Amino acid sequence: MTLDAQIPGGAIAEKWDRHKFEMKLVNPANKRKYTIIVVGTGLAGASAAASLGELGYNVLNFCIQDSPRRAHSIAAQGGINAAKNYQNDGDSVYRLFYDTVKGGDYRSREANVYRLAQLSVNIIDQCVAQGVPFAREYGGLLDNRSFGGAQVSRTFYARGQTGQQLLLGAYQSLMRQVHEKSVKLFARREMLDLVVVDGKARGIIARNLSTGEIERYAGDAVVLATGGYGTVYYLSTNALNSNVTAAWRAHKRGALFANPCFTQIHPTCIPVSGDHQSKLTLMSESLRNDGRVWVPKQKGDKRRPDQIPEDERDYYLERKYPSFGNLVPRDVASRNAKQAADEGRGVGESGLAVYLDFKDAINRLGVDVIKEKYGNLFQMYQKITDEDAYKVPMRIYPAIHYTMGGLWVDYNLMSTVPGLHVLGEANFSDHGANRLGASALMQGLADGYFVIPYTIGHYLASVTLPKVTTDHAAFKDASENVQGRITKLLSVKGNRGIREIHRELGRIMWDDVGMARTDASLRRALQAIPKLRDEFWQSVSVPGTPDNLNQSLEYAGRVADYLEFAELLALDALERRESCGGHFREESQTPEGEALRDDANFTYAAAWEFTGVGTKPTVHKEPLTFEEVHPTQRSYK
Amino acid sequence: MNLKLRIWRQAGPAAAGRLVEYAADHVSPDMSFLEMLDVVNEGLTKKGEEAIAFDSDCREGICGTCSLVINGVPHGPDRGTTACQLHMRRFKDGDSVTIEPWRAAAFPVVKDLIVDRSAFDRIIAAGGYVSVNCGGAPDGNAIPIPKDVADLAMDSAACIGCGACVAACKNASAHLFMSAKISQFALLPQGHPERHRRVTAMIAQADGEGFGSCSNEGECQAVCPKEIPISNIARMTREYVKAALLAK
Ligand SMILES: Cc1cc2nc3c(=O)[nH]c(=O)nc-3n(C[C@H](O)[C@H](O)[C@H](O)COP(=O)(O)OP(=O)(O)OC[C@H]3O[C@@H](n4cnc5c(N)ncnc54)[C@H](O)[C@@H]3O)c2cc1C
Ligand code: FES
Repeated sequence: MTLDAQIPGGAIAEKWDRHKFEMKLVNPANKRKYTIIVVGTGLAGASAAASLGELGYNVLNFCIQDSPRRAHSIAAQGGINAAKNYQNDGDSVYRLFYDTVKGGDYRSREANVYRLAQLSVNIIDQCVAQGVPFAREYGGLLDNRSFGGAQVSRTFYARGQTGQQLLLGAYQSLMRQVHEKSVKLFARREMLDLVVVDGKARGIIARNLSTGEIERYAGDAVVLATGGYGTVYYLSTNALNSNVTAAWRAHKRGALFANPCFTQIHPTCIPVSGDHQSKLTLMSESLRNDGRVWVPKQKGDKRRPDQIPEDERDYYLERKYPSFGNLVPRDVASRNAKQAADEGRGVGESGLAVYLDFKDAINRLGVDVIKEKYGNLFQMYQKITDEDAYKVPMRIYPAIHYTMGGLWVDYNLMSTVPGLHVLGEANFSDHGANRLGASALMQGLADGYFVIPYTIGHYLASVTLPKVTTDHAAFKDASENVQGRITKLLSVKGNRGIREIHRELGRIMWDDVGMARTDASLRRALQAIPKLRDEFWQSVSVPGTPDNLNQSLEYAGRVADYLEFAELLALDALERRESCGGHFREESQTPEGEALRDDANFTYAAAWEFTGVGTKPTVHKEPLTFEEVHPTQRSYK
Repeated sequence: MNLKLRIWRQAGPAAAGRLVEYAADHVSPDMSFLEMLDVVNEGLTKKGEEAIAFDSDCREGICGTCSLVINGVPHGPDRGTTACQLHMRRFKDGDSVTIEPWRAAAFPVVKDLIVDRSAFDRIIAAGGYVSVNCGGAPDGNAIPIPKDVADLAMDSAACIGCGACVAACKNASAHLFMSAKISQFALLPQGHPERHRRVTAMIAQADGEGFGSCSNEGECQAVCPKEIPISNIARMTREYVKAALLAK
C-alpha cells in the first residue's frame, strides 16, 4: 500500500483555494440522493452533520449519549484559536501555521496545518452568527487572551465554557437540520462495525443502546468523528463514554491507524484520591501564570506545606528553566512533576502530586485579584478536595488529556478505506506530536464546517456507487460479527469486574507507556497487555442480557477494544526511537533532559495496518517534508 | 463510612419499578456520589448481578447527563452542584440515601435511573437556534455587542440541559430550560430576526410534549446546578406576549 496524502500543488498559501476550484461538485438537485452517515456529535461531528444537511445531503447522525449536546467536546474550557489579529499584536495566518507546526514538533503535515490556520478566521465568524456568546470588551468587540504560552492573543473564549458554547452552537444548527428533515438523528446508538462493500465504506452496524437491537445503516459515504482514545489510560480528563471502538473497528476493516503513541499529558489536574477514582479533573493551565510549582527539597518530607521553610523548598521549574519558569510547555511541566514524584519528593498522601502555590501571588496582588481571575477554579478545587487553595497550596499532578494520533487521513480527510472520512480528534492530521492549547476546538470545527462539505462532494462526484441495501452480504457478515462478539462477552461469566481490568490496563499504560517511555518499559507493556487481554476473555463478568439497556455490556466492549489497541500504541512507541512532542523516550534526550528528535530517521507519520489480533501490524510510512518551517530544537532554558 | 441505599430499579419502560435496598460499605469521603455508585456496581457485577443503570459522562458538571434525585432533591443537597460533583463527605456514617430517576411524564424511564430526555432536543429543534447556514457569515466584529449584554446572554446560555428544573417542578414545567435559550437569543442581536417565531414555536412544542405550565413556585431555580435565575422566565413571558400581540 502506498500512502498518497493528495496534497494539492502550488504555494502553501494557495493550495486550499486551488483545491477548492479543482474539486468536483455535486449538482444541488442530486445532493439529496446521497446518504451520508456521520458518527459522532462532538464539535467535529455536529458541525459536519449540520453543514452537510444544509447543503441538501441526506444525513444520518449517530451518538452514544442521550442527546447530541452531551458529547465530550462540551467539557473544553479554555478557548479556541483564530488568526484574526484583532489585537493588532502581530498575528497572522502564517504565524498560527508556524506556531502549530513548531508546537507539533515537526511531525504534522504542513499543507493541512496551513489550511487549518486559514479556516480559523471563518470559524469565529460562523460561531458569532450562530449566537455563541463569546467574551467581549467594553467597546463591544470580541475579547482575546493569550493561551498555552503563545506570544500573541488569539484565543477566543466564552468564560470557562468555550467548548460548551461552541458545541451548543453546532448542536443547535444540527437540530435545525433535524427539524428540516435533512438530518435524521440516532442518539443512544453505538457504532460497532464499519461495512465495506467493493472496497468502499458503505454503512455501519450500530447497537441501539436502549433496546439492545443490532441495527444496519447503509449510505454512500461514512464520516467518523468519534473523538480520542485517552481513556485507554483508564484515568484521564476525558468523558467516561470516550472510546476507541468506532476507530478501532474501522481499523480492523482496513483503515490505517497513524501515530497512536502521540498522546498528550496535561500538567495541572487534580490528583488521584484513591482506587475509586473514575476520572481526573483538569484545572485550567492559566493557573500557572500566578501559581508557583514546588516540592520539598528533601525526600519523604511529610511536613505540612506551611511548616516547610522557604529554603527547604525546591521551585524546580524556576530553578531549571529560568526564562520560562512555571510557564514551560505542558510536556516539560508534566515530566518534571513525575520526576519529582519518582525521586520521592511528591506531596500529599499518595506522593503523586506537587504543589501549586498562590501565596506569593496573593501577597503581591491581593486575594481579590486572585479571586477575580481564578475564583471558579478555586471553588471547583475545593468541591473535589475539600481544601481552600487561598490558604494551602493546591496539589496538582499530570493526567492524560488529548490524543494526537488517530486514523490516517489524506488532505481530503479520507482514510485508506475509500469513502470513510475521519474528522476531529479521531484523525491524526494536524497536531503532529503535540497539540497546542485551544487548537483542538479549532480543528474539529474547521474539519466539520469548512473542509468536509467540499471534500466529500468531490469524493461522491468522482466515484460510481451502485445502490447498496442492508440485505447485502457485507451487512449480514458485519452484523453477525457484532452479534458474535456480544454473545462471547456475555458468555465468559467470570468473576472479575470490567472496571478492575480497565484499571489494571490503565496502570500498565501509565507506568510503562506514559510520560516517559523506555525500550524496557515498552517491552514490558507489550508482554503485559496480551496477558491481560487473555485474562479478560477468561475471567470477565458481564451480567445482564443483550436485548435491553446494558451498560456493563457497553463498557466491556470498549475495554475489549482497548485491550487490542493498547498493544498498537505501545508498539508504535517502541518503534519510534526518538523523543518528540508528547512522546518522550528516555534514551533520546539532550544533556539538559529535553526531548531530542531524530529527524534523519523519524520524520514520518507511522500508519499501521491491521493484520489480526496478536499478530504484528505492518507499518506504512508517510514521509513529512518541511518547506516552510524548518525544524529546530526546542529550548525553554 | 457505611450507608444504606434505597435505589429505584425498573427493568424497562413498561415494567413496574420499585425501591431496592443496597449497602454501600467503606465509602471514602473523597469519593464523588457517582463513584460511590460505581463501587456498588462493581460489587454487583463481580457477583454476576445486573448493575444499577444510571447515566453520566463528563463527571465535572458540564454535560448535563447525570440525573439523580437524591433524597427527594434533583442532584442532591448541594446548591449549584450536579450529582457528579457531589462528594460523599456531605454524608455521614449510617445515613440512608434514596436515589430515584427524574420524574416527569415527558421524561419516561428507560431503565432504573435513566430517563429519556429527547423532548428537550425536540424543543430546541422547534426553534432554539439562529437560522444561519455555514459560510457567508459577516466578520465576527461586524456587530459590536455591549459587554454587559454579552455577559447576561452567557449567564443564560450556561444551561446544561440536564432537566433538573423539570424534575423539581410540581407541574413538570420546562419553562426554565426554554427561557434560558430564549433569553440568550432575545438578548443578542443575532437572535432578533427570529425572536417571535422562536418563542412561539418552542412553547408550542413543550406543550405538545406534555410539560406543564409555570406557576411561579421557583423550585426550578433552587435545584438548577448552574443557578439560572427565574428572571429568564419573566423575559420569556414578555417575548411570548409580544409575539402574540404582533401576530394579531
Ligand atoms: C477537560 C478538557 C478540556 C479541554 N479544553 C480544550 C480547550 O480549551 N481548547 C481546545 O481546543 N481543546 C480542548 N480540549 C480538547 C477538545 O475538547 C477535544 O479534542 C475535542 O472536543 C474533540 O472533539 P471531537 O468532535 O473530535 O470528539 P468528541 O467531542 O469526543 O465527540 C465524539 C462523539 O462521537 C460519539 N461516538 C464515539 N464513539 C462512538 C461510537 N462507537 N458510536 C457512535 N458514536 C460514537 C460520541 O457520542 C460523541 O458524540 C479539552 C479536552 C478536555 C478533556
Ligand atoms: S456527568 Fe456531566 S454533568 Fe454530571
